[in-house]
Amino acid sequence: MNFDYTEEQTLLENMVTSFVRDDYDWDTRCSIVKTEEGWKEENWKKFAELGLLGVPFDEDQGGLGGEATDIMIVMEQFGKGLVVEPYMPSIILAGGLISKLGSADQKNSIIPEIISGDRRYVFAYAEPQSRFDLFDIKCSATLDGDNYIINGFKSVVFGAGMATHLIISARTDGDQRSKSGITLFLVDIKSDGITLQNYPTIDEYRASEVVIENLTVSKENILGELGNSYEAIEEQVDLSTIAICSEAVGILQVLKDSTNDYCKNRKQFGQSISANQAIQHRLVDMMIEYEQAKSILYMAITADLSNSDERRKAASAAKARIGKAIKFVGENAIQLHGGMGVVDEYMISHFFKRATMIGILFGNVDFHMKRYTDLTQSNIQSINEDDGINLS
Amino acid sequence: MDTAFSSEDLKFQLEVREFISNNYPKELKDSIGTKRKTGKELSRDDLMSWHKILGKHNGWSAPGWPKQYGGAEFSPTQKYIFEQECARAECQYIMPFGVNMVGPVIYTFGNDEQKAKHLPGILSGDVFWCQGYSEPGSGSDLASLKTSAVKEGDHYVVNGQKTWTTLAQHADWIFCLVRTNPDAEKPQQGISFLLIDMKTPGITVRPIKLMDGSHEVNETWFDNVKVPVENLIGQENMGWTYAKFLLAHERSGIAGVARSKKALERIKQIASAEMSYGEPLIQDPAFKSKIANAELELSSLEYTELRTLAKDSAGKGPGPESSLLKIKGTDIQQMVTELAMEAVGYYANPHLGTTLSNEYVGPDYATNLSGSYFNFRKASIYGGSNEIQRNIIAKMVLGL
Ligand SMILES: Cc1cc2nc3c(=O)[nH]c(=O)nc-3n(C[C@H](O)[C@H](O)[C@H](O)COP(=O)(O)OP(=O)(O)OC[C@H]3O[C@@H](n4cnc5c(N)ncnc54)[C@H](O)[C@@H]3O)c2cc1C
Ligand SMILES: Cc1cc2nc3c(=O)[nH]c(=O)nc-3n(C[C@H](O)[C@H](O)[C@H](O)COP(=O)(O)OP(=O)(O)OC[C@H]3O[C@@H](n4cnc5c(N)ncnc54)[C@H](O)[C@@H]3O)c2cc1C
Repeated sequence: MNFDYTEEQTLLENMVTSFVRDDYDWDTRCSIVKTEEGWKEENWKKFAELGLLGVPFDEDQGGLGGEATDIMIVMEQFGKGLVVEPYMPSIILAGGLISKLGSADQKNSIIPEIISGDRRYVFAYAEPQSRFDLFDIKCSATLDGDNYIINGFKSVVFGAGMATHLIISARTDGDQRSKSGITLFLVDIKSDGITLQNYPTIDEYRASEVVIENLTVSKENILGELGNSYEAIEEQVDLSTIAICSEAVGILQVLKDSTNDYCKNRKQFGQSISANQAIQHRLVDMMIEYEQAKSILYMAITADLSNSDERRKAASAAKARIGKAIKFVGENAIQLHGGMGVVDEYMISHFFKRATMIGILFGNVDFHMKRYTDLTQSNIQSINEDDGINLS
Repeated sequence: MDTAFSSEDLKFQLEVREFISNNYPKELKDSIGTKRKTGKELSRDDLMSWHKILGKHNGWSAPGWPKQYGGAEFSPTQKYIFEQECARAECQYIMPFGVNMVGPVIYTFGNDEQKAKHLPGILSGDVFWCQGYSEPGSGSDLASLKTSAVKEGDHYVVNGQKTWTTLAQHADWIFCLVRTNPDAEKPQQGISFLLIDMKTPGITVRPIKLMDGSHEVNETWFDNVKVPVENLIGQENMGWTYAKFLLAHERSGIAGVARSKKALERIKQIASAEMSYGEPLIQDPAFKSKIANAELELSSLEYTELRTLAKDSAGKGPGPESSLLKIKGTDIQQMVTELAMEAVGYYANPHLGTTLSNEYVGPDYATNLSGSYFNFRKASIYGGSNEIQRNIIAKMVLGL
């Protein structure tokens, strides 16, 4: 039993850490988010050069064949720099769907292009009514000869403005909330019938509303089986959930450490505010929440993610528990910074905002608590009269 | 990263499991089970007989002790497995006072005669120890303690009062912190570590009832108690150093993860038998979400403990992080005892096994669950209160 990184993983971590330190310092990051595009395409090229775009892909596709731990390493460091380039949406989520469901032809033509940085897919799944239910889909695809005609509306699609392609989930069969009848389509984002309304998010990332009107897609661009993609979507979203949990843990570390430093340096009443026990105990509780968050992330990373029940449990356990830590550490980080906590100019509020939005992404605490509860609390065991409660 | 046990560890796990299933006495299980159901206190035999069995098997009663002193010298992972297996089988836990507390102090700071005299009895479970630190005026601020020991020829004369002495009613020996130099510059500097035979004239033990009615702690009074100088550990006035060492040693298993896990499993069983809204309580969304919440806290803590363990195995030693294990571990114990009480509804009310009532009512599984809830308020107070643990983390980990 160990929680050590392999030599390759340590190298990977060092590489991402130095990217964040050298190419993504706070001022640089602030100037990037103020540009019209909201990201820096050069950074994407740099990721390609560093091999980061290939981390989760199979080696025979030119990737690194990385596992959950490798993804965690990248995401945790990106969290520390609040890196806005759409790595998770494009590489982990959309990339994961293509790896999982793509035909040999599709994979051979698409994945090398993703790894080289020439193409970026993002997955358009959410709809205004769906909230966190991945199967709640109104967007329809109807057969017309050898093509499908897609109509619908996808909301808050992260990174769409930076993408070259979309994966769209649409209904080819079944009711709005049926888990069957869901089909994925690969489309060029410039296709007729796709209109993007791009906007910045509160945490300075970019997202888009995607209007789809009579979009024609050939049958060949179906990803996976017709009407049978829900399981794969759920799986890739679970893995992406664990990825953003890793990002959150990186952010929480910054929130906790910066607040610690701030309280040591800030003087009021003739002494550091950290001399007050009220503040000390709050900082300790923040540290405990951070450690607990990191621990449940390790639980998820080391779980048997190839087993679908274990994977569901692990993702929801991590997201629910880390969601609570985000609220506690985040809100207290702001509180302990006093007035400095609430200003835009100082970096702490930006970390708080990103962490809070991660708390919502792919389902908030309530959603994942319910999912975890439903997965774990339904088995009724018979009572064993001999056993008792014996704690000490 | 790899949380799987090695094949040796798995072999060890099997060995422990088999040993327990072949050697844990049925009579003990029955005796403890019956007492629990009827709200009766455990006897000295109930508390010690499993210890005695382990004491005869490769030093398993002292998992952390070096082989040299008869211990098992388990690796950190083996210790973890051993605790898990004992909890899983609901074995009576081993009293910490001898094995985890005074034992390591004796083999680290004691002389050869002291080692020869005391270690075998601790290991075998024949000698019952208790801890005499706290006093009415000295709880968290232990260094302010006043119980005095004045050297007169070949013995010390001890006067004063200890309190909260857990299970002193059964104890053969007590290890005490006493003041040998009232004039030292700092209060910590005038304290010595003394071993005292409970049969010495002048010692009086008076019970303190806890709010669940249990007799778990006592007042221990010392009135001109003569203690031979050879019962001094190490050097005079160095007791505080030994006490601090002991605190660092007390930590293994402090989080109580395995026992809390077992208790949660048990609560799920109870909640499957209890009904709410015409359905098993376990299906009540509010209740099951509380169990799930406790499970998540516990999972996180389990991995925090494993991370500490991995550090420990790498020879980095348990640090002040163990304060975190104490805080969260006791939080969860309190969460769990509350859930158990909540699960049985009205049958949290009867207080059985008291002198007033020998009638037993309600389902067996409900007996004393409210008692446990009330009793376990202690967990965030003893062993260094959770506020004191936060002070320790603030100073030692966060550098505040
Ligand atoms: C939106 C906004 C509007 C404002 N408007 C005005 C205005 O119009 N006019 C004006 O004059 N001021 C205004 N203020 C200033 C406000 O009064 C101060 O922010 C407040 O007094 C806290 O001071 P500080 O920000 O310097 O934080 P600090 O005093 O540095 O405190 C930082 C943290 O330490 C804690 N802390 C400090 N001392 C102790 C202690 N002894 N014990 C325990 N904890 C302690 C605080 O509670 C806080 O959590 C405004 C502030 C904000 C955020
Ligand atoms: C069931 C039980 C069994 C015990 N068994 C033993 C035993 O076998 N041997 C033995 O020697 N002792 C034993 N103890 C004593 C135990 O160690 C003390 O209760 C503990 O150290 C706290 O001391 P106190 O009760 O005097 O509380 P106090 O120290 O008076 O504390 C009261 C409250 O104030 C808080 N507080 C105190 N100081 C600070 C501070 N600096 N900052 C913030 N908060 C503070 C505490 O956290 C607590 O909440 C036992 C206690 C219990 C309840």
